[in-house]
Amino acid sequence: MDSLEATLRQLREAFNTGRTRPAEFRVAQLQSLGRFLRDNRQLLQDALAEDLRKSVFESEVSEIAISQAEVDLALRSLRSWMKDKRVRKNLATQLDSAFIRKEPLGLVLIIAPWNYPLNLMLVPLVGAIAAGNCVVLKPSEASKSIEKVLAEVLPRYLDQSCFAVVLGGPQETGQLLEHRFDYIFFTGNPQVGKIVMAAAAKHLTPITLELGGKNPCYVDDNCDPQTVANRVAWFRYFNAGQTCVAPDYILCSQEMQERLLPALQSAILRFYGDDPKTSPNLGRVINQKHFKRLQGLLDCGRVAIGGQSDESDLYIAPTVLVDVQEMEPVMQEEIFGPILPLLTVRSLDEAIDFINRREKPLALYAFSKRSQVVKEVLARTSSGGFCGNDGFMHMTLSSLPFGGVGNSGMGSYHGKFSFDTFSHHRACLLRSPRMEKINDLRYPPYSPRNLRVLRVAMEERCCSCTLL
Amino acid sequence: MERQVQRLRQAFRSGRSRPLRFRQQQLEGLCRMVQEREKDIVEALAADLSKSALNAYSHEIISILGEIDFMLRNLSDLASAKPAKKNLLTMMDEVYVQPEPLGVVLIIGAWNYPFVLTMQPLVGAIAAGNAVIVKPSELSENTAKLLAKLLPQYVDQDLYAVINGGVEETTELLKQRFDHILYTGNTAVGKIVMEAAAKHLTPVTLELGGKSPCYIDKDCDLDVACRRITWGKYMNCGQTCIAPDYVLCEASLQDQIVQKIKETVKDFYGENIKASPDYERIINLRHFKRIHSLLEGQKIAFGGETDEATCYIEEIFGPILPIVPVKNVDEAINFINDREKPLALYVFSRNNKLIKRMIDETSSGGVTGNDVIMHFTVNSLPFGGVGSSGMGAYHGKYSFDTFSHQRPCLLKSLKGESVNKLRYPPNSQSKVSWAKFFLLKQFKKEKLQLLLLMFVGVVTAVVVKVNQSSVVVTKAKWPRKPKLLQEFADFWSKSLKL
Repeated sequence: MDSLEATLRQLREAFNTGRTRPAEFRVAQLQSLGRFLRDNRQLLQDALAEDLRKSVFESEVSEIAISQAEVDLALRSLRSWMKDKRVRKNLATQLDSAFIRKEPLGLVLIIAPWNYPLNLMLVPLVGAIAAGNCVVLKPSEASKSIEKVLAEVLPRYLDQSCFAVVLGGPQETGQLLEHRFDYIFFTGNPQVGKIVMAAAAKHLTPITLELGGKNPCYVDDNCDPQTVANRVAWFRYFNAGQTCVAPDYILCSQEMQERLLPALQSAILRFYGDDPKTSPNLGRVINQKHFKRLQGLLDCGRVAIGGQSDESDLYIAPTVLVDVQEMEPVMQEEIFGPILPLLTVRSLDEAIDFINRREKPLALYAFSKRSQVVKEVLARTSSGGFCGNDGFMHMTLSSLPFGGVGNSGMGSYHGKFSFDTFSHHRACLLRSPRMEKINDLRYPPYSPRNLRVLRVAMEERCCSCTLL
Repeated sequence: MERQVQRLRQAFRSGRSRPLRFRQQQLEGLCRMVQEREKDIVEALAADLSKSALNAYSHEIISILGEIDFMLRNLSDLASAKPAKKNLLTMMDEVYVQPEPLGVVLIIGAWNYPFVLTMQPLVGAIAAGNAVIVKPSELSENTAKLLAKLLPQYVDQDLYAVINGGVEETTELLKQRFDHILYTGNTAVGKIVMEAAAKHLTPVTLELGGKSPCYIDKDCDLDVACRRITWGKYMNCGQTCIAPDYVLCEASLQDQIVQKIKETVKDFYGENIKASPDYERIINLRHFKRIHSLLEGQKIAFGGETDEATCYIEEIFGPILPIVPVKNVDEAINFINDREKPLALYVFSRNNKLIKRMIDETSSGGVTGNDVIMHFTVNSLPFGGVGSSGMGAYHGKYSFDTFSHQRPCLLKSLKGESVNKLRYPPNSQSKVSWAKFFLLKQFKKEKLQLLLLMFVGVVTAVVVKVNQSSVVVTKAKWPRKPKLLQEFADFWSKSLKL
């Protein structure tokens, strides 16, 4: 790993020269990133089609355009994000200058997964560059075609003394994690998240972990089944189900289930035709390992819709399972595939208890015509994010922080939150050397008078306590 | 220990700690505790650190009262949902970020300011609606025992608990699962805490330490500078994480600085420092021996001053101030940057450009210019470290945010499904363009967005239906005002080029 050491050292030295700090440099890199997306649109679409059979629609909407939008937002907002933030002062510091300075952290590591290999690499990268850092990018080896584009084409658009792409599998990633970074941004599953955090602990490196979970989807009796089925099906089968915020399973009453099933069937038919295998709009599973895992899950409960699979094509039909028990494998791990289990509950309370018994998910969904029901689910549960009456639309708003809680992760990003994630917020107080007489109060030797004066000052502030 | 954590978790699950009124009552309880039992608190601090009553009040009690006051005044604002900017597709929806409590949080305190370093985080954790376990440092045993005795008398016993003990108990405690851990202490233990937290994916705030440098420029009011540095350095007998750890200055200044500090120490503590009631003591024998050994073989200018290399092995955390002569500010900056990022950085100068340069070319948790310590007292500033001096920050709003989950919420209606046809397969190139437009276009004026959404949404429904050879044509509501019609026509023709 000699060359890795050399690369890291070079990046750190580049950071220490202050190269990445001026706004002009950051703007130039971001503009170049935008050009990378525009110049290589076809190449990227082809790579995404090779890796995951992503349709042009999906590639554009969930990978290329989203990344472009983040680049554009950062370019528009960079100067205002970089500005020192003035803060309110207290009595003792009225004449001083108090502000928060946003500083780059240094050398940051971004580890991306394979399901949205472009988006989940570039969107954090935008934040890291905007904040003035040097970056090591570690794309997933599972999405080979995109990995190749990122390794061979992207560096041509960035200052190679400040940004590097590192390739490899779990072993190489482990070695990478032994080195010291000033920030680690990881998107992936909770088990590997723990390994990343333990490695970060050895260097006291702060981290953001974007993990996953089983995102529950509660469907109330009071709603239009076809609308719900359209929305849930679209978000579930998008990218062949390989989305960390996809609705993972449905909770509804027995009656609702009976109305949902034909509606889901109708939605799937409409979206993918009567032979989904031939639809150009349905993706494929990433590789053999995940295919076999998903195929195993098809044995749980009973297949109500779909259930077909083809190993040679890494194809799994849009599937809906019913009569699923809580202890079955399909309810024990994040599905991450085009399989949607329906579980029946007898009441809203039972649904909420079910959800709260489990780990906090990355996203939570509730469908109902009655907004009180939606708000009740929201108020009585916790999750990374929440959307009422739709799927992961909340992700498309860069004004909302995107991240998990508990087992689904820590930290958040998108838009300004990305910039803040990769910055150190340094508290600065600039006092005047004058007005020293006022300071006399704090110097020893102390007399009872000093204490009295302090007390009086405090009493005025704390009247809210003493008024009890 | 597991049972205790479980008990708190159960209590949290009941939802009792969430209503704002409840949080207010608990904070008021804490306020009463501090005010009614001030004498006991001061006695405990005197027993642990020989702290005088004034120092106990001004270093510890004041900060807590200020924090409680801040939370009580701002609680409803801090806990309220914050609306967020929408895009075209979400114009009609409710979009906001809702702060939520995390669950059961663990606060591990330190021994140097044993009261404020457990209580100030506690205030934030309670304000954010959590259940809390407080683990005071066993080295400041009188304060630890007092907290265990007092807290249950003033706040809810099922939601807030004090657990005391040494290394063994702390290790056992760290094996349990928490929703956030805030640790104040040293770097080595900080790593252990983070490793333990990793097993449960628990987020952490680590308030650690480091060697906080203090640069004295030749263009500064040396009297004032030395006075302020002396105050900050020797308070609490040097046992302050943000004390100026060592001084950097040009060689020509060294003698003057030594002289002025010597005079100031005499002013503050008298000829016989040991007899001064305002001078604290080292916490225990082990630390005493450690600090004492730092003096061995050093060139002492007066009292506890040294200027040799061995003092840089660790944070001094004692009343010893090394002075390191440097050629100029460049050398000072390099010296600072060769070392780990400190918790605080201090620079004394009349030259604002120089101060600015110091800040620009170094990094640290926080900075105070022309004084020491004071940035800690401004609770609109985040207090925390960077690199090996820590991660995360607290005080005021930052405490509340540290102990909350900021949950993004998007509430849509089940209506308007026809617009969604745009996103559903089967896809086409025009759908791609439209989808990008809706998802990603930003307009400057929100009203325009709304108007356009109405028009485009309705018309799109028409277009899409027509494309699908549907016989039914939805009646589009054409605008009555010609100006709007013109705007609409312009927009329509522009967007067709997408």
